[in-house]
Amino acid sequence: MEPQLSWYLALSAVLFTIGVTGVIIKRNIIAMFMCIELMLNAVNLTFVAFASFFQDVTGQLFVFIVMTVAAAEAAVGLGIIIAIFRNRESLDVDDASILKL
Amino acid sequence: METNILSIIIFAPVVGAAINWFIGRRVRDERFIGVVACGSVAISSIVAFYLAFKSGGALRSETPLLDHIWTWLQVGTLRADFALAMDRLSGTYALFVTFVGFLIHVFAVGYMHGEAGFYRFFAFLNLFMFSMLTLVLADNFVLMFVGWEGVGLCSYLLIGYYTDRKEAGDAAKKAFITNRIGDWGFVLGIMLTFFVTGSVSFQTALSFFKTQPVDPFTAGAIVAGGATSIAVLLFIGAAGKSAQIPLYVWLPDAMAGPTPVSALIHAATMVTAGVYMIVRCSEIFVHAPTAMFIVAIIGAATALFAATIGLAQNDIKKVLAYSTISQLGYMFLACGVGAFIAAIFHVITHAFFKALLFLGSGSVIHGMHHEQDMRRMGGLKKYLPITFATMVTGWLAISGVPIFAGFFSKDEILWRTWSAPAFSLPSTTFSKLLWGIAVLTAFLTAVYMTRMMVMTFWGQERFRDAHAAHEEEPGDNHQQHHGPVEPHESPWLMTVPLIVLAVLSTVGGFIGIPYALSSVFTDRNINVIEHTLEPVVAKIGATEAHAQPVSAPAGETQHGPAPVPEPAPAAHSGEEITAERALAGLSVLVGLLGIGAGWYLFQKRPLLQMPRLLENKYYVDEVYDAALVHPIEAVSREGFWKIIDIGVIDGILHSTGEIVTEAGRLGRHLQAGFVRGYAAIILVGALILIGLFAYLGFPGV
Repeated sequence: MEPQLSWYLALSAVLFTIGVTGVIIKRNIIAMFMCIELMLNAVNLTFVAFASFFQDVTGQLFVFIVMTVAAAEAAVGLGIIIAIFRNRESLDVDDASILKL
Repeated sequence: METNILSIIIFAPVVGAAINWFIGRRVRDERFIGVVACGSVAISSIVAFYLAFKSGGALRSETPLLDHIWTWLQVGTLRADFALAMDRLSGTYALFVTFVGFLIHVFAVGYMHGEAGFYRFFAFLNLFMFSMLTLVLADNFVLMFVGWEGVGLCSYLLIGYYTDRKEAGDAAKKAFITNRIGDWGFVLGIMLTFFVTGSVSFQTALSFFKTQPVDPFTAGAIVAGGATSIAVLLFIGAAGKSAQIPLYVWLPDAMAGPTPVSALIHAATMVTAGVYMIVRCSEIFVHAPTAMFIVAIIGAATALFAATIGLAQNDIKKVLAYSTISQLGYMFLACGVGAFIAAIFHVITHAFFKALLFLGSGSVIHGMHHEQDMRRMGGLKKYLPITFATMVTGWLAISGVPIFAGFFSKDEILWRTWSAPAFSLPSTTFSKLLWGIAVLTAFLTAVYMTRMMVMTFWGQERFRDAHAAHEEEPGDNHQQHHGPVEPHESPWLMTVPLIVLAVLSTVGGFIGIPYALSSVFTDRNINVIEHTLEPVVAKIGATEAHAQPVSAPAGETQHGPAPVPEPAPAAHSGEEITAERALAGLSVLVGLLGIGAGWYLFQKRPLLQMPRLLENKYYVDEVYDAALVHPIEAVSREGFWKIIDIGVIDGILHSTGEIVTEAGRLGRHLQAGFVRGYAAIILVGALILIGLFAYLGFPGV
């Protein structure tokens, strides 16, 4: 059976929902971070699926852009996480509720 | 004719003011400041004389000298330039303003010696000269208004010069606020002029009226929005600046300023700006008989009213202040009966003799160590011989004794009033009535001036024994010296201007000898001032031809368009000359009678108690306080402050703040610093948006 567009979209929706749920319920900042990546990749999957469906390369190009931004975001985000951990000895986001130390 | 040096006349004093303000305050050298101040005015004066009398100068040619400095305002059809024009009228004014101004500056250097604010005084005084000359030389209404406000500001600053005295500050505020009322009329007059003529330039706006019919002589013309309305509004402005009833109250109080200020601003120059403005706009006024009637009535009333108050004042400067108001009334009376040239003539001679009298009183005050009460003077002629001699000249001039300047100008006004055509007056009986008031005023003038001279210079020396009683009065800090006062003559810086002004007060009237008097000696008409000013001043009846068909629809306009044609100045009928001579003789008699009466009344009893009503100035200040000032204060305090300011304005302001605070109190719960909460909010927002799109459909798809 040939994979349908709706399969990809369903998978993407499931992944995105997992990501959103993870961001909201996880306390560990690294886990939240991973969930954000998951959401981004769910979107990427949608892009690729539509690109293939419409036979249009633009969607694939967009994926590259998203990946680039995601890489940059990962670099910055991990840097921030390391800085927070050094200062607070904790990765719990609920502890980091104030900007002041 | 364009000439750029015209602007030097106004800019030399402003440069002097700037130097004194920025450099003089650091140098603090009286000689430097005095030289800068007097020098800058001297430059103006020299340039003014040069431009007036050079060949083709302002007073010798028909066309004015122009100096367009820059285009200042240009909005739609409104165009106001920073441009000067020196014609025969403004030239005449500029001459005496700069010259008398220069003398007073010199006097002030002596008078203000040792004052802490020496530099400030002269910076303001120079600034005043700048404003006054801008007012005079402006070629449009708007620039004239700039000068008009400028002199008002400088007047305010200089009246309040003694910043440590409360009455000086109060007087300054009073002058400023009273002038505001007049300025309101002036501004509206300018607006209406622009509305009616489409221009604010004197040349265009005034020549517009030349072709207009004369307004009918009715009360309705005042609100009709034509020439009469403009003239009445302009007269309100003039009444404020020139201290006419009912806006005269600021001038007596303005004597709280230093005496040279009183001489320069409140006698010789600024207060005559109203007369200048009316003569400048005489073309409008000769089209507005109702307005001229008002001017004449107010002028005559002010002249008499102020003269009676002047009879009973004990402060030497107050006497002169009321005398100034009274003389200004004379000038307005002249304007009101169409004798604009006589008004300007009186302005000039008045500038000479009143500046002289004020400076003389300044010299007395200086010699008496800041004593102004005449009850504590007496017998000063021995101590201040030069001041005495010069003040006698001024006294004789203002009393109207022949050959002195005041005689000719005053007599001219009296004659013009007597012979006024029925143009601006309902009937010729009115002109006789106004003449009667003017003659009575002339008599009173002679009486109170004699009283002032007698109390100051003759009789017993009262300053020694008065001093003892004087010291017990608390709160009087004018007395700088303790122990008996020894009056002394003033330094030459003060006496020389006095002497020059005394000479001018004596011979200044010769520029305007009427034909009726000069024809006794020579057949030539030697009335210089009339020859000079005639081309620039409008004449009653000049537009009669246009007026006749338009303004006679109803019976009420019978006396509107002046059926009596003004005789050409060259044609003097024998009958008129006889009448004029007779009246001149009468006015001499009245003047001498006044002096005699004053002498008889006050020589033996200089401290004669005058009627309380007069001494208290008819309680006008009290009436104004009760009728205007206190109600306004009450409304301001109870209404504007407590209800509008505290209730409405503060209420809106505070409740705005409180609403924002409350909203913040609620909204801050969203900002808990709880990262997952933020994520949830973003999610909810995204869901709402998606839901909205799903529900409404995507726009454009």
